[in-house]
Amino acid sequence: MENGRFGVYGGRYIPETLMSALYELEEAYAACQRDAAFQAELNRLLAEYAGRPSLLYYAANLTAEAGGANIYLKREDLNHTGSHKINNVLGQTLLAKRMGKTRVIAETGAGQHGVAAATAAALLGLECEVFMGKEDTERQALNVYRMRLLGAKVHAVTSGTMTLKDAVNETMREWTRRVSDTHYVLGSVMGPHPFPTMVRDFQSVIGREIRAQMLKAEGRLPDAVVACVGGGSNAIGAFYDFIGDASVRLIGCEAAGRGLDTERHAATVAKGSPGVFHGMKSLFCQDEFGQIAPVYSISAGLDYPGIGPEHAYLHESGRAVYVPVTDDEAVDAFERLSRSEGIIPAIESAHAVSYAIRLAKELGKGQNIAVCLSGRGDKDAAAIARYRGEDLCD
Amino acid sequence: MIKIREAFEGKKAFIAYLMAGDPGLAASAEYILTAQEAGADLIEIGIPFSDPIAEGEVIQAASVRALNAGTRLDGVFEMVASIKDRMRIPAVFMTYLNPVFVYGYDRFFARCAEIGISGAIIPDLPFEEQGEVKTVAAKYGVEIVTLVAPTSEKRAAEIARNAEGFIYLVSSMGVTGVRDEITADLPAIVSELRKSARVPIAVGFGISTPEQVKRVSAAADGVIVGSALVRVVAQYGTEAGRALFHTIEAMKGV
Repeated sequence: MENGRFGVYGGRYIPETLMSALYELEEAYAACQRDAAFQAELNRLLAEYAGRPSLLYYAANLTAEAGGANIYLKREDLNHTGSHKINNVLGQTLLAKRMGKTRVIAETGAGQHGVAAATAAALLGLECEVFMGKEDTERQALNVYRMRLLGAKVHAVTSGTMTLKDAVNETMREWTRRVSDTHYVLGSVMGPHPFPTMVRDFQSVIGREIRAQMLKAEGRLPDAVVACVGGGSNAIGAFYDFIGDASVRLIGCEAAGRGLDTERHAATVAKGSPGVFHGMKSLFCQDEFGQIAPVYSISAGLDYPGIGPEHAYLHESGRAVYVPVTDDEAVDAFERLSRSEGIIPAIESAHAVSYAIRLAKELGKGQNIAVCLSGRGDKDAAAIARYRGEDLCD
Repeated sequence: MIKIREAFEGKKAFIAYLMAGDPGLAASAEYILTAQEAGADLIEIGIPFSDPIAEGEVIQAASVRALNAGTRLDGVFEMVASIKDRMRIPAVFMTYLNPVFVYGYDRFFARCAEIGISGAIIPDLPFEEQGEVKTVAAKYGVEIVTLVAPTSEKRAAEIARNAEGFIYLVSSMGVTGVRDEITADLPAIVSELRKSARVPIAVGFGISTPEQVKRVSAAADGVIVGSALVRVVAQYGTEAGRALFHTIEAMKGV
């Protein structure tokens, strides 16, 4: 990989004001990769603070219901703060501190990444400001309070569609205003180089653990690894260690919202086209004149019009496939996993669970599927109740 | 096509930014000609984009108004074509890369050449990524104007050596928009850039008062005024001609 490219995708399409900061970040990150003390500190935090390794749980009841391949759940929901986001955030805040930064800023959609960033900032004594679309601050009011409780300042973004895309815009603008003491803790495998590579590296612990755990449980590699994809950080984390293993199918599940035949979806691979936005060349939902489309998903974390450049490349090369999952299907899976296993998944992760149930039947007995359960679903309970016509006061 | 260079010949260039389609394309055509009449030496025509990450609130809002008024890239081309014969000063587009990429580099720059657009300023296309665009634009004689920021530091010389048209020196940190203070040490940065640059240097971002124009013009070859003009259009809508004329005239300090 040259200059942060994955095939034609990736790159560094960002205002000049930020270029020096990206070089500084790239150099500091390379130094930390070679630095045993940094790696030891990160591993200690992942183990003692985040609770890694996360479990690979054999979902016997769900497997029986699906009637086919064994379904294993990679329990990222059991990490501290309740999602895979902590893996990346611990890495980046440690790095920020190493670089002498005193302040971190972050975008967030559902609030998972914002909460994780606020948590790590509290732990490491960094100032933290989180940008969140106004619509999302309303959908996820509890997470806004959690971030405040952790000492972060939360800005409700009122520009554009007031969702994740606009939160990214505003965080980038803030970074250009104040770059010397501030690190932008980007939450997914997107944005300008080195973010897609660095975030992938911090998340790749997921796939390495799946490999070891599956080998222990079944004596062989999984036949398929399934994960939801917004920007795609939990998916690339789960996939990355298996890219060289041709026998392992890699499947990303994107948000089809109300359906691909409607305008209300966020299915970038199925309906998007190549473009350049948010610092990267990749695939985006957009119109014929390159205006970024307003996208939709029941899941705030998947409600994003692009996809990380490495996913665009894996799609183009055919190494990974990306499938659409609708709101309805995700909500069904959300309820099903709750009842059959006593595990309430994040609505984002429920997209992957839904497809895994379908795939289990298709693959048949004797095969093994690892599903990345990227987060827990407590945050979604009120929204899903609303979806089913029940209004809860939280 | 009028060369960008002409805007700087024998004078300090006053560069006026206007958003195409704000409040409508007919008004934009009128305002571009008004700016020319008022003494602008070069016009920067903004192509509205859904997600302008380098812009402050004033130009973001103009982008929203233009898009809500139904402005599309084809319409912007037609508007510029309609006033081509009356333009005596060079004009450049200010656009994010995605509309150019999606339209197709060849198709975009061919169209620019046809309608007399001499250059393009693309704020999310830093020096390192310019190759793919510059080679295509050059085929049609369109120059890619590069930006230099207070943070460019050791990269600035290399950028300046390869610059076409003019160098757009970003006055201070942050996004576009009116500011009280131009924080960067302009004279020092400009004289450092001059060692490598073969093209003029114009300063933009946050310049809004006649005093700022005067001070910045003294240090550089030109000055770019955007948000302060867009704010006039925002205030007066389709009736902004007169106010725009007077604002530019006052800034030029005639």
